[in-house]
Amino acid sequence: MKRNFEDDKEKMVVVEGSYAVADAVKVCRPNVISAYPITPQTHIVEDLSQFIADGEIPNCEYLNVESEFSAISALVGSSAAGARSYSATTSQGLELMHEVLFNVAGMRLPVVMTVVNRAVSAPINIWNDQQDSISQRDTGWIQLHAEDTQEAADMTAQAFKIAEDPDVMLPVLACMDGFILSHVYEPVILLDEDLVAEYLPPFEPKFKLDPKNPKTFGAFADPHSYTEFRYLQQQAMNKALKTIEDAADEFYDLFGRHYGGLIDTYQTEDADIILMAMGSIVGTIKDVVDKLRAQGVKVGLLKVRSFRPFPAEAIKNAIKGAKVVVALDKNISLGLNEGALFTETKGSLYNTNVNIPIIGFMIGHGGRDIPMSTMEAIVDEAKKVIDSGITVESQFTDLKEELL
Amino acid sequence: MTITLGGVCEPGSTLVNKTGGWRTFRPVFDYDKCIKCKLCELLCPDMSVDARDDGFFEFNYDFCKGCGICANECPTDAIEMVLEEK
Repeated sequence: MKRNFEDDKEKMVVVEGSYAVADAVKVCRPNVISAYPITPQTHIVEDLSQFIADGEIPNCEYLNVESEFSAISALVGSSAAGARSYSATTSQGLELMHEVLFNVAGMRLPVVMTVVNRAVSAPINIWNDQQDSISQRDTGWIQLHAEDTQEAADMTAQAFKIAEDPDVMLPVLACMDGFILSHVYEPVILLDEDLVAEYLPPFEPKFKLDPKNPKTFGAFADPHSYTEFRYLQQQAMNKALKTIEDAADEFYDLFGRHYGGLIDTYQTEDADIILMAMGSIVGTIKDVVDKLRAQGVKVGLLKVRSFRPFPAEAIKNAIKGAKVVVALDKNISLGLNEGALFTETKGSLYNTNVNIPIIGFMIGHGGRDIPMSTMEAIVDEAKKVIDSGITVESQFTDLKEELL
Repeated sequence: MTITLGGVCEPGSTLVNKTGGWRTFRPVFDYDKCIKCKLCELLCPDMSVDARDDGFFEFNYDFCKGCGICANECPTDAIEMVLEEK
């Protein structure tokens, strides 16, 4: 969709990505923020605590907690009590939350949490990849990935809208790449408070934890009913497929910015080679596509915004005309030698009439730079697949043999 | 009964789930020794010690799991844990 760049320029300010997200959280009018600082998420929660100290977020409690486990546990209570609840974390912090993530999702609490994607230990590494959030894929949280800082900010408002939709009522991980997006300064438009108020209605859950009207939350479910709880969560994920698209469209109507709903495509219509990826790497791929298109290579980009729910149908429709698809993953499932996007795309096509070779590259682990030259080499590999079929299905990128 | 969002339900729903069958030892009062100090009622983790009109207490065996905390804490050893036998 077309963006009105001319008007936008007037409103742009140069801020850090973390500030853009913190400002977006502020205008979404949260009632409880509970977080524990961890690099590279720190600036988001520092900015938010400053907003609170300055009285800029009315009717909001900022909880200082002693760990990420406590940070998310506190939000189980606050969200159940009807408070719009927010947290942010990354890497080890997110992994420490793992147990409680299932509880938040199972209790259908629409918490929104920014994940500033970072590699996981060991070896300890504070730089970006997406292993942390990908490792939470089965917890029942919606998982969205932003391409740039503007999208990361805008996605925050969309995340609350999606999470709190009565048909969905699922928590959302809004992911942005650590440092690459969280610490970069670039021009963005900070979200307009009045427009956000129009976009995002007040949070009015059907059930609230209230001593005057007691209810039991998080009760026991025996084998008689546990299956049905899981079924209902999956049903909500299915409904979220449409809600995510709607949230993006409604955002476009009010703000004039659109990044795709479940997916976005760039130059895919006639593409022989389609590169698919999530997060900030998408920006680099667009430049590679432009460069190679100028040389006559028919290459396109499929950006996956929603990892959960997995948009199998949208992906299938986007790639069905290609001759080869390349999935780029900033994660690995150890023991399978594949990244999640690759595995799941391949898996979702197996029983369909779309039978295109797909290859996977695991890339950018622990913050390793991804230059255009690397991407061009990947496209060269993809060309070989068109000519002579798959030789290596999934592999590491830019592996330094001299270190092995 | 259909499942509400997140399984939210009216309080007290576990009353239908009688857990007394988990018990191996049953607590039994010796009312000659009991001094009505109320410790057993306060310390029972399952609220299975009920007050009687005469000031003494009695066990609710529908829910008492036989953990023995009451017998352990009773200052006059007025509660005996007796093996459940059929």
